[in-house]
Amino acid sequence: MSSPIQLKPDETFILNVGPQHPATHGVLRVKMEMNGEYIVNAETVIGYIHRMHEKMGELKTYPQFLMNLSRMDYLGALGYSHGHVLVVEKASGIEVPERAEYIRAIMVELNRIASHLFWFGAFVMDLGGFSPLMYALQDREHILDMLEAVTGSRLTYCYFRYGGLYNDVDDQFVASARKFIPRMRKSLKKYHKLVTGNVIFRKRLEGIAPLSKETCRKYGASSAVARGSGINFDVRKNEPYSVYPEFDFDIPVYHECDSLARYNVRMDEIEQSLRIIEQGLDKLPGGPIMPEKKPKIIKPPEGDYYQAVETARGSFGVRLVSDGGKTPYRLKLRSPTYSNMHLFDESCRGMLIMDALAFMGSLDLVIPEIDR
Amino acid sequence: MRLTLFNVVVAVIIAIAFAAVNAAYLVWAERRGAARIQRRPGPNINGPFGLLQPPLDGIKLMAKQLTIPGGADKILFIAAPVLAMFPAIMSFVTIPFSENIVAKNMNVGVLMIFAFAALGSTSLLFAGWSSRNKYAMMASIRAVSQTVAYEIPMLITTITVVMIAGSMDLMEIVHQQSGSILSWNIFPLFGRSHNILMPMSFLIFFTCTLAETNRAPFDLGEAESELVAGFHTEYGSMGFGLFFMGEYANIVIGSCMTTILFLGGWGCPFGLFPGVWWFIIKLYLLIATFIWIRWTFPRTTIYGLLNLSWKILIPLSLFNLLFTAGLLKVF
Repeated sequence: MSSPIQLKPDETFILNVGPQHPATHGVLRVKMEMNGEYIVNAETVIGYIHRMHEKMGELKTYPQFLMNLSRMDYLGALGYSHGHVLVVEKASGIEVPERAEYIRAIMVELNRIASHLFWFGAFVMDLGGFSPLMYALQDREHILDMLEAVTGSRLTYCYFRYGGLYNDVDDQFVASARKFIPRMRKSLKKYHKLVTGNVIFRKRLEGIAPLSKETCRKYGASSAVARGSGINFDVRKNEPYSVYPEFDFDIPVYHECDSLARYNVRMDEIEQSLRIIEQGLDKLPGGPIMPEKKPKIIKPPEGDYYQAVETARGSFGVRLVSDGGKTPYRLKLRSPTYSNMHLFDESCRGMLIMDALAFMGSLDLVIPEIDR
Repeated sequence: MRLTLFNVVVAVIIAIAFAAVNAAYLVWAERRGAARIQRRPGPNINGPFGLLQPPLDGIKLMAKQLTIPGGADKILFIAAPVLAMFPAIMSFVTIPFSENIVAKNMNVGVLMIFAFAALGSTSLLFAGWSSRNKYAMMASIRAVSQTVAYEIPMLITTITVVMIAGSMDLMEIVHQQSGSILSWNIFPLFGRSHNILMPMSFLIFFTCTLAETNRAPFDLGEAESELVAGFHTEYGSMGFGLFFMGEYANIVIGSCMTTILFLGGWGCPFGLFPGVWWFIIKLYLLIATFIWIRWTFPRTTIYGLLNLSWKILIPLSLFNLLFTAGLLKVF
């Protein structure tokens, strides 16, 4: 739907969506120039909860900074620590025991499912359906309970250590994770019945906000935003890290480019994450969770290191420039939502406000991660 | 019954009490129903089953300060919530709950209820306009275009029923459907017209009631994920409370009309013991459906909503009107 009328500049009005608006799920402000219900121009304004994580990274020693990573994205915190831990290990040449790698993968995938579940609920709530949020939160609760039992916290985990893990998993965790997989599959079927097949839901997403491959590439979009537009890119497959090459899983790619495609990608990703967890639990080797040899003080040698990981929100990159000291010279955090969000300004022009906000929901924005 | 001042006062007081109690306890029912659907307990602390929640909410709302935003049109701002509640209460006066329980039966009862229902949309317009808030303005424009679009198919289906009954008197319409479920207007096998399309008419009427009362999935006037709180964004205190109660009172009116026009009023489905209890059962079953729909479906879009009315519901209801007219001529 696009506005059929050409307008003079004085015929529009400015609508401030946010920073406190139910649709932005956080303190994001969108300055919209509107013609009635049609958006003529939109400008996203960020920075309301900027906390200088990158600067803190330069000022703090490596172990001191570790807990900051999980404060970046409160829904999929483990993926972000994973990226940081991997780059520091790469830089200082720390060997990670195999068991630790497997447990990391299982944990990150569990966290990814939890994040997608929350997104699913919040997205359907953006479209006016409340009940799916409650169902999704109940399933997410099982994951949080499992993660809490092992990591000690429910949301902002500080579970990974340079070289391994803080805590080993026990039989109880393995048993409950095994029980969780069929339960989640059953719930997924229910969600597809309740939400995906709903006529109103499909009508609201089909053909809304088509994103071309070029747009996605131009803005550096990743995650479901890129994969919903037919770009087969997932860091876990394209630049494999950790133990991901040992798992058999698919990358869901849809070519419809609309909001429904992005929704479908994320729903399929839950299934793929379940497959990874299943295989991880089967293959889980014994052994230590921390390396025997590990430097007392982490001082990566001089150099420029980069590591990307696939978090729930897309490709998260950490660039570490070390001068050989106790603190990094520069720590650049490339957050995926930052790139995904900036698509919005260009793509929402000419859309109705309700379609635009549904589109914004399909981008899966987590604002603290943009502002970091 | 002679129309005395005393009678009128009593009737109005009963109507207000019925509307207010219904509105308050429908909020409770809605919250409990939503909680049941979402697998959580809902309000259960105050009183048994949380039954004291509505009066406590009312007290809380009344104790709040009524803030009027700067630059708002004061008169319209205060008039709007009253206008939201008033037509709903007035409509109760003409609704016959059973053979004897009716405040004032009129031979143009249908017309009066629709006249008051149309008045309701002005309150949305007033609220949106006077709030001086962009979200409220957009929401009220949406709500008014929606009400206009859905009043037409609703009226056309009502005319179909009126044609079958041959009267605009609500009592008379119910009398025409007396007997068992097969003579109700929804399955009129033994009724005056043998129109097999009446179930469709019922669905059209029910959909229009949903849209008229601004209920999900047609709650575009208060689409909270886009327009914050819609037309009552700027209202607090009892101003909000009146809008809220008005919405539920309108639901009751809509369900009453559906019961009278299509479900045989106070008639029993098996032709036994007709009475007010059947009316109440049908009424609350319909309201339960309202609640069930709200907590299951996502919201439609404004263009989807208008397309549904102008492209599907109006042609279908017009066709049914002609079809019924033809059948009435033949039989």
